[in-house]
Amino acid sequence: MGCSSEGVAAALRAAAEVVAEHRSELVELDRAIGDGDHGENMSRGFTAIVSALETEVPATPAGVAKLAATTLISKVGGAAGPLYGTAFLRASTRLGDADSLDVPLLVAALQAALDGVQARGKAVGGDATMVDALIPAVSAAEACPADASIADVLTAAADAADRGAESTVDLVPRKGRASYLGERAVGHMDPGARSTALLLRAFAEAAR
Amino acid sequence: MKKIINDPATVVAESLRGLAVAHADILRVRDDPAVVVRADAPVARKVAVISGGGAGHEPLHGGFVGRGMLDAAVPGAVFTSPTPDAVQAAVAATTGPSGALLIVKNYTGDVLNFETAAELAAAEDLDVRSVVIDDDVAVKDSTFTAGRRGVGGTVLLEKIVGAAAERGDSLDAVEALARKVVGQVRSIGVALSAPIVPHVGEPSFDLGPDEIEFGIGIHGEPGRERIPAEPADALVARMVEAIVSDLPYESGDKVLLFTNSMGATPLLELYLAHGIAERLLAERGIVVERRLVGPYITSLEMQGMSLTLLKLDDELTELWDAPVWTPALRWGI
Repeated sequence: MGCSSEGVAAALRAAAEVVAEHRSELVELDRAIGDGDHGENMSRGFTAIVSALETEVPATPAGVAKLAATTLISKVGGAAGPLYGTAFLRASTRLGDADSLDVPLLVAALQAALDGVQARGKAVGGDATMVDALIPAVSAAEACPADASIADVLTAAADAADRGAESTVDLVPRKGRASYLGERAVGHMDPGARSTALLLRAFAEAAR
Repeated sequence: MKKIINDPATVVAESLRGLAVAHADILRVRDDPAVVVRADAPVARKVAVISGGGAGHEPLHGGFVGRGMLDAAVPGAVFTSPTPDAVQAAVAATTGPSGALLIVKNYTGDVLNFETAAELAAAEDLDVRSVVIDDDVAVKDSTFTAGRRGVGGTVLLEKIVGAAAERGDSLDAVEALARKVVGQVRSIGVALSAPIVPHVGEPSFDLGPDEIEFGIGIHGEPGRERIPAEPADALVARMVEAIVSDLPYESGDKVLLFTNSMGATPLLELYLAHGIAERLLAERGIVVERRLVGPYITSLEMQGMSLTLLKLDDELTELWDAPVWTPALRWGI
């Protein structure tokens, strides 16, 4: 079963709710190793996406993803704006003009999002960034059986992203503001990896 | 949290409104996206010098907009880099055929957003270049990190590059000069207390009454190490050693010494520390020829200070002395 542009919009609205609920948690994670603005910035960005969708829901999944991308780039700032913005932009490009999203397209879009984030931020696995949640998420999505539903694929990706985010606790950050702390950042989960896991979980729940 | 604000969400916009009315003779504030621009911009046949970054470091950068320094400053949310469209708006408001130089502090967010803005400008056929400043010796300079942070050296870079642009230097010359300054400026900072980011509402880190964070940046992130509080003589010696051993600055070098308050350290302590630093540098044969003392690149109400050393030559000294007329730096006019 496919997912229309309205379904993608619903997933983004769900993500906005989850980001708002976890705003303080993301602030706290970021306060430990950075400057404490991640929850605030993500919340500002996703609130803006929801208002943009109130005006108009674009006709294709790609159109919705692009709206999310441009909104995040122009509202969030910091590193999260360009990184998440690039992720949605690359996913949008990969979705092309399809009027609904199926599993192979979803997996390809997730891979494109990961590639985009890595191209912009230059992080690799093990640097203690959002990439540590995204890499296992994409692998898990790719490993899903051919008859899996969109909800199954997103759930597998969200589960893997949770474990990936958890793995950043033991890592020495090598990118982003946390890298300035070096060893002192060990013992703290990367806020970007956590927000990536939260978004994928929200998408998975919305797809159910 | 006690702060003189209305709503954390409108802190930056309301502050910019105040900046605009307080310094209407020097600058204008454009809304949506917010950009601080010289009142006489765009200045014909002049390279535009533009910088920006998160709010919360006042007077950086908005306080340095004006004749002889910045053509525009792009503020982001508190401690958050501005978005590319805001940087692009600053470029559009100030940049002509002579092009623009963007001064970018080395933080992932600033670099990514300014990079994107420079690409957008290139698409408009504007010659826009970027120089990244990374003067903080507290951070190990390695390919495995985001690199060193840009801190106090940013103020000196903006003044010197701004003076060169004001006298009519080409974009090539201004860019080369900026890279030269970046190559010979180094800083270190310490914190005695943490700042409170308005939308967070509690201190950015917890510090005991007898503890100091050594090697901090400007965003309330913890520093290189936590050390027991010590008298000013010992602390300043530790800071001078961290800087001088880095470049290294050698006996006989002429330098500019910049002693900066992180926001809440009063001039009483700042001048005390500055005096110690000058004495220690003299003992090493390093000649302090120019000085700047005060709160110029701050972290909200953080208690603490930073020291910045810039190696001078005749060209840099002349540009430092050149007239400047901004809200926070004014001389020679």
